Amino acid sequence: MSKLPPSDLSLIEPTLKTYANTPGSLIAILQATQEAYGYLPMDVMEHIAQKTNTPIATIVGVATFYAQFRLEPVGKNLIMLCQGTACHVNSSELISKAITDELGIEDGQTTEDGLFSLEHVACLGCCSLSPVMMINGQTYGRLTPDKARKVIRSIAAASKEGDEQA
Amino acid sequence: MRVVIGEGSCGIAAGAGGVHAKLEELFAQSNPTDAELGITGCNGMCFLEPIVDVYDNKGELHRLVKVQEKDAQAIYDAVVANDLSLVDTLAITAEDEAFLNKQTRVALRDCGVIDPESIDDYLAHEGYAAITKILTTGMSQEDVIQQIDIAGLRGRGGAGFSTAFKWRAARDSKGDQKYLICNADEGDPGAFMDRAVIEGDPHSLIEGMLIGAYSIGASEGIVYVRAEYPLAIVRLTKAIEDATERGYLGNNICGSDFSFTLRIKAGAGAFVCGEETALIESLEGKRGMPRLKPPFPAQAGYWLKPSNINNVETYANVAWIINNGGEAFAAMGTKDSKGTKVFALSGKIARGGLVEVPMGTTLREVIYGIGGGIRDNKEFKAVQLGGPSGGCVPASKLDTVIDYNELAATGAIMGSGGMVVMDESTCMASMARFFLDFTAKESCGKCVHCRMGTKRMLEILDRIVAGEGQEGDVEKLEDLCYAIKDGALCGLGQTAPNPVLTTIRYFRDELEAHIAEHRCPAGECQALISYSINKDVCVGCTACARQCPVHAISGSPKQPHEIDQTICIKCGNCKTACRFGAVVVA
Ligand SMILES: Cc1cc2nc3c(=O)[nH]c(=O)nc-3n(C[C@H](O)[C@H](O)[C@H](O)COP(=O)(O)O)c2cc1C
Repeated sequence: MSKLPPSDLSLIEPTLKTYANTPGSLIAILQATQEAYGYLPMDVMEHIAQKTNTPIATIVGVATFYAQFRLEPVGKNLIMLCQGTACHVNSSELISKAITDELGIEDGQTTEDGLFSLEHVACLGCCSLSPVMMINGQTYGRLTPDKARKVIRSIAAASKEGDEQA
Repeated sequence: MRVVIGEGSCGIAAGAGGVHAKLEELFAQSNPTDAELGITGCNGMCFLEPIVDVYDNKGELHRLVKVQEKDAQAIYDAVVANDLSLVDTLAITAEDEAFLNKQTRVALRDCGVIDPESIDDYLAHEGYAAITKILTTGMSQEDVIQQIDIAGLRGRGGAGFSTAFKWRAARDSKGDQKYLICNADEGDPGAFMDRAVIEGDPHSLIEGMLIGAYSIGASEGIVYVRAEYPLAIVRLTKAIEDATERGYLGNNICGSDFSFTLRIKAGAGAFVCGEETALIESLEGKRGMPRLKPPFPAQAGYWLKPSNINNVETYANVAWIINNGGEAFAAMGTKDSKGTKVFALSGKIARGGLVEVPMGTTLREVIYGIGGGIRDNKEFKAVQLGGPSGGCVPASKLDTVIDYNELAATGAIMGSGGMVVMDESTCMASMARFFLDFTAKESCGKCVHCRMGTKRMLEILDRIVAGEGQEGDVEKLEDLCYAIKDGALCGLGQTAPNPVLTTIRYFRDELEAHIAEHRCPAGECQALISYSINKDVCVGCTACARQCPVHAISGSPKQPHEIDQTICIKCGNCKTACRFGAVVVA
């Protein structure tokens, strides 16, 4: 991985202030960090360690324990593919293959153009619509490999268009 | 008239938000009859989403189902004309109505009925009546616990422990500060009961927690909600704010000297954090690794203070019990399992959704009577209960009744309520592998037996579904199962072998077919199957060839096609693409 520029530590100051006197807030702090930066940059975690007087090992230990936390930046569009039982029974495996086939990325990877990341997630709880994926908060249900491809293509097209306008 | 749109997250996923926006736009332009637009939570009929309930001027309900954005205009016109027969094509069928009519709703009593974002709507439905009664009529802690005891309420989170027993233990435990915690981690992949309660009726959870807190003497409560449920967190946050504003949370509730505050803690994605002691570790901001018991949470829980943890559904029953009396609850169910249980019915079922039935109902009644049986006229094969801690119950056991002990006797468990139905095309070896893959990933790593044992089991199951199983693999799996059960500290490891044990018990033939004959009887395991085209059925539409990512399918239009087995990667695209059922798996 290429070296990332240093993070803007001021983004996390309000959070550190909010939780300054509340013991047991590490997870909440990391959640706010991810919200602010999109992932947990190493230098920000070091900063949190210093400010909260917590060993960096404890912080990285918590960050790596929970599935929600990411240690690397994600693509513009995050595809969360449900791995629940109902989705498994309704062939989510084929959807996973279709996405990999379409974008050339597997679980946990990001496309080279930074447009998409794929994450296998635990049950999203929309079992009656299985198989399901969620992209940018929007749920797409009753997927077929074909439908999944179409969704991704239309998002890719929209993202590119947005970029051109910007 | 009132037009109410079902907006649980599954309804929204199915498109309810778009329908709502469209209706809002139409009514904003012109609303000659003063019709009201509102929302409600999930009524459980997920297979009919998006659902719009129209209450006419007589208060009668007209339920419209599978509503699309394009139907909004017709609904608007019907409401304005005060003639709902205009949208008869959208009306629910009598057959589908049976799905709800055959249920008994206690925990879900208000879900899909009230507006979850309105405390006034909750109050109009006996809301906060139970806690008001307790605090204003001078019911003692023991009086309340007594009702829960008479009700026979057992924990709905999986283990089925007596709620009254836990509350008494926490009450009797000495401490200057006690905590009441709600487990809304809902980790079983295939369960969404708790989400529906929080999204559809958050105040019923708050009221249940208030009653629990009063009974044990807790002044602080925490709801631990899994991170994947953003809408539940939004609705519960609003409900807590509203309840605080109205004086149902905070100091001196209902003018008494009972005070209780409630806050939400969002989980960060770890199945093991559903285990109560791991949950407490996580609440304290640490890695969610289970603690050794005893001491139990009732003695030393959150920050080592006496704490009580219950599941969402458990709390959702509590206000009903106080309002209706413990006996009314105990009148439903079996000798050891009282009241009702909510199940999340999914998989290859015709009518999937949330189902609440009295204990003592048979699995057959739930799956066939309510769920409408198997989709696409296929054969029932098994039903998975209890997720990664449970097991698969085969067709021969369909008349088992829903009861903690009866279900445990099948090798499965009551569990928290996941009920995933499988048909003849589901491979049981692959299913067992699916769960072991889950538990191996979710094992926190504290106990060697769980950490290494689940991994070894997964390796064996991996090779079985790949057609590389070895003689003796089933026996090896069994050995590992018992070793892990004995060697694990918490319920995750102790129950992780259950899916495999039930598969061995009921579907050993299928495992052996993979191992000895390199055959997957269900036609699911990729390494063991091949795709071909039935020349007599193929019409040569070329749909399959166009979908084949490796161009393994050849043939001229209108002529039967053929698959080149040396190129085929068995992705199954052709089978999905074929509308004539000409692609066969062998
Ligand atoms: C690995 C594991 C996961 C669990 N997950 C949940 C869960 O998601 N929700 C839940 O309510 N209970 C879960 N439990 C059960 C809890 O440990 C605990 O028994 C329960 O929250 C107690 O509440 P109840 O008595 O109301 O059922 C889990 C247990 C284990 C061992």
